[in-house]
Amino acid sequence: MIRVLIAKPGLDGHDRGAKVLARALRDAGMEVIYTGIRKTPEEIADMAIQEDVDVVGLSCLSGAHMTLFPKVVNLLKEKGAKEVGVMGGGIIPKADAEKLRACGIEEIFGPGSSLKEITESLKSIVRRKGENA
Amino acid sequence: MIDALKSWEEETKTKERKEFKTPSDIEIKKLYTPLDLGDFDYLEKSGFPGGRPFTRGVYPTMYRSRLWTMRQYAGFGSAAETNERYRYLLSQGQTGLSVAFDLPTQIGMDSDAELAMGEVGKVGVTIDSIEDMALLFDSIPLAQISTSMTINSPAAVLLAMYIAIGEKNGIEPSQLRGTVQNDILKEYVARGTYIFPPEPSMRLVADLIVYCAEEVPKWNAISISGYHMREAGCTAVQEVAFTLANGIAYCESVVKRMDIDDFARNLSFFFACHNNFLEEIAKFRAARRVWAKIIRDRFHAKKDRSCMLRFHTQTSGVTLTAQQPENNIVRVTLQALAAALGGTQSLHTNSMDEALALPSEKAVRIALRTQQIIGYESGITDTVDPLAGSYYIEWLTDQIEEEAWEYIDKIDEMGGVTKAIERGYIQDEIAKKAYEAQKRIDSGEDAVVGVNRFSAEEELDVSLLRVRDDVEIEQKAKLKDLRERRKSDMVESSLRTLERGCESSENLVPLILDCVKSYATIGEICGAMKEIFGEYKPTILM
Repeated sequence: MIRVLIAKPGLDGHDRGAKVLARALRDAGMEVIYTGIRKTPEEIADMAIQEDVDVVGLSCLSGAHMTLFPKVVNLLKEKGAKEVGVMGGGIIPKADAEKLRACGIEEIFGPGSSLKEITESLKSIVRRKGENA
Repeated sequence: MIDALKSWEEETKTKERKEFKTPSDIEIKKLYTPLDLGDFDYLEKSGFPGGRPFTRGVYPTMYRSRLWTMRQYAGFGSAAETNERYRYLLSQGQTGLSVAFDLPTQIGMDSDAELAMGEVGKVGVTIDSIEDMALLFDSIPLAQISTSMTINSPAAVLLAMYIAIGEKNGIEPSQLRGTVQNDILKEYVARGTYIFPPEPSMRLVADLIVYCAEEVPKWNAISISGYHMREAGCTAVQEVAFTLANGIAYCESVVKRMDIDDFARNLSFFFACHNNFLEEIAKFRAARRVWAKIIRDRFHAKKDRSCMLRFHTQTSGVTLTAQQPENNIVRVTLQALAAALGGTQSLHTNSMDEALALPSEKAVRIALRTQQIIGYESGITDTVDPLAGSYYIEWLTDQIEEEAWEYIDKIDEMGGVTKAIERGYIQDEIAKKAYEAQKRIDSGEDAVVGVNRFSAEEELDVSLLRVRDDVEIEQKAKLKDLRERRKSDMVESSLRTLERGCESSENLVPLILDCVKSYATIGEICGAMKEIFGEYKPTILM
C-alpha cells in the first residue's frame, strides 16, 4: 500500500486543497497521514521518516513555497531518506514551479488540477522511485 | 390556480438536461407561482427596509442615499509599499480601506521569528510595531476614512496601534470608523490564525467588544465571518447557520458583562458571494431575517437597531480559475451584482489574477471598476431590494432560513458552537462538502468554464505581482534598530503589567494600548499573553 504524508509547511492555514486531496488518496486505497497546518520543514521531514511514507505532498498558498519546499527535500536527503518522493501544490507561478522541479520537487500542481491527475502522478512517482531503488 | 398550474405542468412535460438543485442541495422546481408562497405575511416576513426583520435591507433608503463602501482588501511587502497602494486605490475612487496583514503579524509573531521565515510581507503587509503602522497610514485622513483590518487573535494589538496613531494625529478614538475581524471561532475551523486556546481567546474577543462599545463607539468590534468557512467548502445554507451560531456564542459571552442593546450595534458580519446568483441573493436576505430573530427572541434586545445584520461581502476566491484568468472578471461581476442585490454594506471584488498571485495594480483597478459600473451605471441601486416579491426569491429565502434554523438547532443540541467545534462537527461538515464539490467538478457534473469545459491551450498573458524577497531582510534590520532605540524599561514594565492583567479579569485592551505606545512589538505583546494563556494545540482532522 502506498503511504503518503500530506503536509502544510509554514504559517498558511488554507487547507481545503490538502484535505480534499487527502480524502481522495485515501479513497484511492492509499494510507494517508495529514500533518495539520503550521509545520516546520524539520517537523515534516521527521514525520515522513517516522511514518515511512513513499511520498510527501506539500501544500502552500501563502507564497512561501520557494523558502519552504526545497528545505523539505534537502532535509530528507540529509536524513538519509532520499527515496521519499516530494510533490507540491498551491498558488505557484510557472517560473517558480520550474525552479522547484530543479530542486528535486517531482511535480507541482496548481488550481484546477483534477484529483485523478494528481493521484496518477503520485503513483507514477512511486513507480519511478521503486525502479531506481 | 392549482388546476391551471397542474394542466400547464402536464402539457409542458419535456425531458430536461439535468436535475436542478442549488449548490446547497435545495431542489429547484421548473416554475414558481404564488402557490409556493402560501399565506405569505408581508409585514412579518419582509417588513420595510430599515425595520425588523430587515429582510429587505438594514437601511430605509439603502443605495439611494449612499452606495455600499467599495473596499478592496490589500496589503503586501512593507508598510511603505502598501501605503502607496492605498493611496492609489483612494485616488481611483475607493471609499474605504481594508488591510491585509502578513501571516506572522496575524499569528502574533515578529518578522525575525524563526517560523516567520519566508512569510514576511507575502500575503499581506508586515507590521511589527506602531512605527510600521504609522507608515502604513501615512497621509491618510483617519477621521474621514473607514478602515477594516483582517486581524483576529491579535485584533486588540492592531486596533490599539490604530488608536495610538490616531491620537498622535489629534484624532479621538470616538471619531474612528472601521472594523477588526476579531472572530476567533472561525479560525479554529477554517482559517487557522489562532494563537491562544478557546477560553482566553473568547475573553479577548469580549474585552474588545466591551472596550469598543465604551470608547470607540463607531468601530465594529467584530466581523463575524462566514467567508472562510464557505471558501473552505461549506454550502450557502451552512454559511448562514455556522456564522450566526458563532454570533450567538459571542453574544452569550458579552451579555454576561453588558446589556445586549449596548453592544449589538458594534457587531458586523462578513459573507462570501459565490456563483449561484439567485441562491446568494436569497442567502443574504435570509441571514438578515434569522439574525433579527436571534437578537430579538433569544437575547431580548429592545432596540431594533440591535437586530440589524450589517455585512461586508467578498466575491469568492475558490471560484477563480488560473486557466483563462480573464474569465474571472465575468465571475466577479456576477458575484458582485448578487452582493449588491442582496443588500451588502461594503464589498471587495476579487481581481482576475488571484488564482495565480497577489493582484497586480491593473487587475485591482478592473475589480474596483466592476463595482463602480454596477453602482453607477447598472441602475440596480435605484430602488431598494428590487428582487423582493419574486416567487422564487421569496421561496428560496424561506427555504434557506428554514434549513439554517435546523443547523442552528442541531448546534444548540450539541451544547453550542464551541462544543460543536471541539467535537469536530463543523470542520467535518466543511471538509465533506469540499470533497463532494471537487468530485462533482472532476466528474464534469459541475461546470467550470475554462477548466472542465471549453478549455484551451494558452500562453498566460497577465503580468503578476511579485513581493520582493528583501522585505524580510529590511524588516529584520528595522526591528533590530527599534529594539536598540526604544526605552527598554518602559517596554518591560508595560509587558509585565499586561501579564498580570491576563491573570486577573480586567479588560486587557487598555493594557495592550500601553504596550503599543511603549513601542513593544506584536511578538512581544502576544508572547506576554502566551506566557499566561498558553497556546492552542489543534487536533488534526482530515
